[in-house]
Amino acid sequence: MESNVPPFLIFLLGSILVCFIPKRWQGWFSVLVAIAALINFYYLSQGTFWQTELLGYELTFGRIDSLSYLFSLLFHIAAIIATLFALHARDPLQNVASLSYIGGAVGAVFAGDFITLFIFWEIMALASTFLIWARRSNRSNSAGQRYLLVQVTSGLLLLAGAAAHYIDTGSLTFSELSTETAGGLLIFASFGIKCAFPFLHGWLVDAYPEATPSGTVFLSAFTTKLAVYALARSFVGTEALIYIGTAMAMFPIFFAVIENDLRRVLSYSMINQIGFMVCGIGLGTELALNGAVSHAFNDVLFKGLLFMSMGAVLHMTGRINGTDLGGLYKTMPITTTLCIIGAASISAFPLFSGFVSKSMVMAAAAEEGYSIIFLLLLFASAGVFHHAGIKIPYFAFFGHDSGIRTTEPPINMLVAMGIAAGFCIFNGCYPSVLYSLLPWEVLYQPYTWSHVISQSQLLFFSALAFALLMINGLYPPEKKLINLDADWLYRKVGLKLYRLISKRTEIIGNTAETIFVNLVDAILSQARNIGRPGGTLERTWSTRTGVLWVLALLVIYLLIFYV
Amino acid sequence: MDKKRWLDNPNNVKKVLLCLYVACAFLFSLDILYHRHAILPFEEWLGFYGIYGFVACVLLVLAAKQIRKFISRSENYYGDQDGE
Repeated sequence: MESNVPPFLIFLLGSILVCFIPKRWQGWFSVLVAIAALINFYYLSQGTFWQTELLGYELTFGRIDSLSYLFSLLFHIAAIIATLFALHARDPLQNVASLSYIGGAVGAVFAGDFITLFIFWEIMALASTFLIWARRSNRSNSAGQRYLLVQVTSGLLLLAGAAAHYIDTGSLTFSELSTETAGGLLIFASFGIKCAFPFLHGWLVDAYPEATPSGTVFLSAFTTKLAVYALARSFVGTEALIYIGTAMAMFPIFFAVIENDLRRVLSYSMINQIGFMVCGIGLGTELALNGAVSHAFNDVLFKGLLFMSMGAVLHMTGRINGTDLGGLYKTMPITTTLCIIGAASISAFPLFSGFVSKSMVMAAAAEEGYSIIFLLLLFASAGVFHHAGIKIPYFAFFGHDSGIRTTEPPINMLVAMGIAAGFCIFNGCYPSVLYSLLPWEVLYQPYTWSHVISQSQLLFFSALAFALLMINGLYPPEKKLINLDADWLYRKVGLKLYRLISKRTEIIGNTAETIFVNLVDAILSQARNIGRPGGTLERTWSTRTGVLWVLALLVIYLLIFYV
Repeated sequence: MDKKRWLDNPNNVKKVLLCLYVACAFLFSLDILYHRHAILPFEEWLGFYGIYGFVACVLLVLAAKQIRKFISRSENYYGDQDGE
């Protein structure tokens, strides 16, 4: 049996129908939609489907090959986990937004041309903004507005790039592009925004931590991973990506160490992990690409798990700052254990999922002779263990006892986290299953003695560094502070510049207005003078003068005519 | 009143730390016994991964502490703090 139903239709229809369901059943309905979509997905086969013509352009809604199949599978799994985690939410806004957001993501993955991609790109941008606004706080309100502006900019760049690309080549097929053409460069920038390239990343760390506890889980799974997919589709082997990716892996770890909001720490570590994928795409060898793609797969699961565990903490205690938390393992032992599984996976401990995927990118960098890139990525690997692997569990669940006494989160949250944790361990212990799904043949062996020993040394000595710094009081204590980042450029500098310019233009405007009004006044009073009784126009002229003027005109006319 | 947890006893925290030290020493000694298959030349240096990981983390934390001096602001810096 084969299915002929596009996955995005199921989610988008679901997002309309969910409005008509009583609030208390909406969560269950969302889970059912996600399960129905997964069953439908199981019966899809590879090939090109669902083509239609619009205004003379051929749109392809179903390009299913090994690369899009893997990402779509990932999004379907993430959909079930995230809807299950959000099951208790009796908020129609969130339920509609999350289903349409997933619909946009699964639609975009199968898009075969840039117009289709653009349509779903925008659906995702809009729907995801409502997941941020659903928190209904001052901060989420303004963060959501900024987020939407950035996402729409990315969409516009994509559209402009697609148009330029069409003029150049006459094709809109979503495939390889060169950064040397205007179209390619615009689309590169569009993907770069969604992928959180350095200096374009402000929106991510600004908005993700402001969404609802379950909203962030949805957000973490789709937007950036779709951007990674898009890069893997269009910009394989683009050398700039190696350096961009390494910068992405490096800079967030410094911010993460001093960040107080634990979901913001995870947002930084998200950029760090995407950095490894971007670097892999830039390296462009089969090993590197397999590494990038499989790491995206694992990252959705372990980052989702970490965001869920922090979401559970926020849901139960109403607090998420490191300064307010600590000692929660006493009352949330299961959440603590699940969080540690996520932390071990992101840190790439042997037998956990990160170990079998991140190392492929590292090995590819080494094989291609990028020694410095390799050393920087190794630095970032140690750093991610430091902030995501140790800091998150330590400050939330151990550390100084905050005195907060709560209970485990609702069962649906625990089950969702349990499924994600199961995948983390399964992929780590049986990598061959994940490897068999990868677009290129895998010849890589993660479990060699050399790799297990060297990775364990790296991690244990990182832990040793943390312990010694902590004991000696050198570790920077958590403080009730925020840190400036790229969003500062538009939130402070941009705003100041705008105010300055509007003040200056106001002065210019006022001056111009005064001059103009005076001028008009002068002209009008002159005109009044002319028309006044006794003025120039009111004067009576003799016939003689009249004839003289006519004669003069005729002479001038004759002269012009003959000359 | 909470019941006393195993980790509440400082002596037990010391035991955990002792385990960590022993594990590190053991992993370091493996470098002497086992020759690593390396792609890049420096990977073969004795204790490379352990020392690199340790130094990287210390540098990371010390650098981050310095960065904090420049980029830290009060929580209501942007004037959008929600009422508690």
